[in-house]
Amino acid sequence: MSATLELSLTVNGETRTATVAPLARLLDVLREAFGLTGTKEGCGEGECGACSVILDGELVNACLVPASQAQGAVVTTVEGLAARDGTPSPLQQAFLECGGAQCGICTPGMLVAGQRFLDGGAPATDAAVREAIAGNLCRCTGYAKIVDSIQRAAATPSPPPGERAGVRGPGDR
Amino acid sequence: MIADIPVTSVRSLDEAYAVLARRAAGLRVLAGGTDLMVQIQARVGLERIGHILDIWKVSELRHVTLDGGTLRVGALATYTDLLRSEAVRAALPALAQVAREVGAWAIQNRGTLGGNVCNASPAGDTLPILIAAGATFVVGGPRGERRIAAEEFFVAYRKTALAADELLLRAELPALAPGERLVYRKVGTRRAQSISRASLAVRARVEAGAFRGVRIAAGCVAPVPLRCRATEAALEGGGPGAAAFAAARAALDGEIRPIDDLRATAAYRRRVAGNVLEQLLAAF
Ligand SMILES: Cc1cc2nc3c(=O)[nH]c(=O)nc-3n(C[C@H](O)[C@H](O)[C@H](O)COP(=O)(O)OP(=O)(O)OC[C@H]3O[C@@H](n4cnc5c(N)ncnc54)[C@H](O)[C@@H]3O)c2cc1C
Ligand code: FES
Ligand code: FES
Repeated sequence: MSATLELSLTVNGETRTATVAPLARLLDVLREAFGLTGTKEGCGEGECGACSVILDGELVNACLVPASQAQGAVVTTVEGLAARDGTPSPLQQAFLECGGAQCGICTPGMLVAGQRFLDGGAPATDAAVREAIAGNLCRCTGYAKIVDSIQRAAATPSPPPGERAGVRGPGDR
Repeated sequence: MIADIPVTSVRSLDEAYAVLARRAAGLRVLAGGTDLMVQIQARVGLERIGHILDIWKVSELRHVTLDGGTLRVGALATYTDLLRSEAVRAALPALAQVAREVGAWAIQNRGTLGGNVCNASPAGDTLPILIAAGATFVVGGPRGERRIAAEEFFVAYRKTALAADELLLRAELPALAPGERLVYRKVGTRRAQSISRASLAVRARVEAGAFRGVRIAAGCVAPVPLRCRATEAALEGGGPGAAAFAAARAALDGEIRPIDDLRATAAYRRRVAGNVLEQLLAAF
């Protein structure tokens, strides 16, 4: 007999609902129930950060969050970073300009982790940026261009969060 | 099948105790899921899980307070809560340090102190600190509450003193007194996201040239996180110095029981544990 959960949460500013297994991974709910395939699966065990999303203001690995714990939550995925009209966010623009993406498999997670770092407002020193993305693995870039991208975005004035599809989270470390 | 496992999500201890009182077969507690979700996905012990009690939103277990000389850390306090906490920085800064070294941001946001304790891995990074600090665990269930010293909580490899109907509620830690220090070091392969090969925590003060109140605990060098009483005894009452440190190192080598595994050899763990002990003692 399969267990079910009537899940309702806010994803990138929109209310979404689905009937899922309570231990279904938020990663699978986003990709399969909601068609939001920007969030990637790398390792499936919390090591790589490809599945990074922002849940109630905090960076999490969507592969480790059961649906039961996303009930009523506010989630931002990589699809929620651009403006509502599709204009890339300053961070996405910086990734384009600095060559922050090569094969691209880590990029959605890097963008989400990078955005959470920028939202916190801490000075974008090398050490601080590297700590913020320490849970995100990249097999291609050697990280320097990703760090450059996040630092460039930190130096760019950000549009007010209301203009982003996702919802800005509170707090800082 | 994972999809068949029912989950009861509770928001208060009363609700949690009501579920525990029913003693459903294979009941398993879920906190931040950073250990349990990995085990479930890997189908490790899945056949033994009949029902999940999801306590993540029990807010009364998510607190960090300093009251008189006692730091109280709720079982659901996350690493992020610990590293942001003024109380932790004032009472036991090593606990903020270790929180920053566990996993990376996403793990720190979800992993809890209670999960680290109840997962009871000999590599659990907070465990040597809790034992060296002299922590007491308060556990509770429908039959009431009891207190267990941290060093008595880990009874065998990955087995704790918790009964099937009990939850860990909080850890209570004596804050550092003036002149006292608690130092900690873990050795892994890199800074972020790596499982420790060896870790050590030392609590002590030096008074009139002699070590006093020495408490030492080590991780990854025995089936359980280990209080190192012989090493403590080798140091207690003596002065810091090369001879004392060598004696302590020999005592440590005599009481740890490391194993070879895929992450490191026993011989390597012995060397590292001894080196880390000497480095930590040099800080006094
Ligand atoms: C990528 C990655 C990196 C990691 N890095 C580290 C590291 O550097 N150092 C380290 O020590 N650990 C590390 N971990 C392991 C893990 O994050 C920690 O052990 C964490 O503290 C577990 O807490 P949790 O709330 O997620 O536990 P859960 O997974 O929810 O639970 C763990 C176990 O404890 C039980 N449990 C939890 N809370 C209670 C309670 N209150 N009462 C009774 N039983 C309870 C559960 O039933 C389960 O058996 C890492 C994990 C991942 C995936
Ligand atoms: S897929 Fe989630 S961390 Fe790798
Ligand atoms: S760009 Fe290929 S893994 Fe990062």
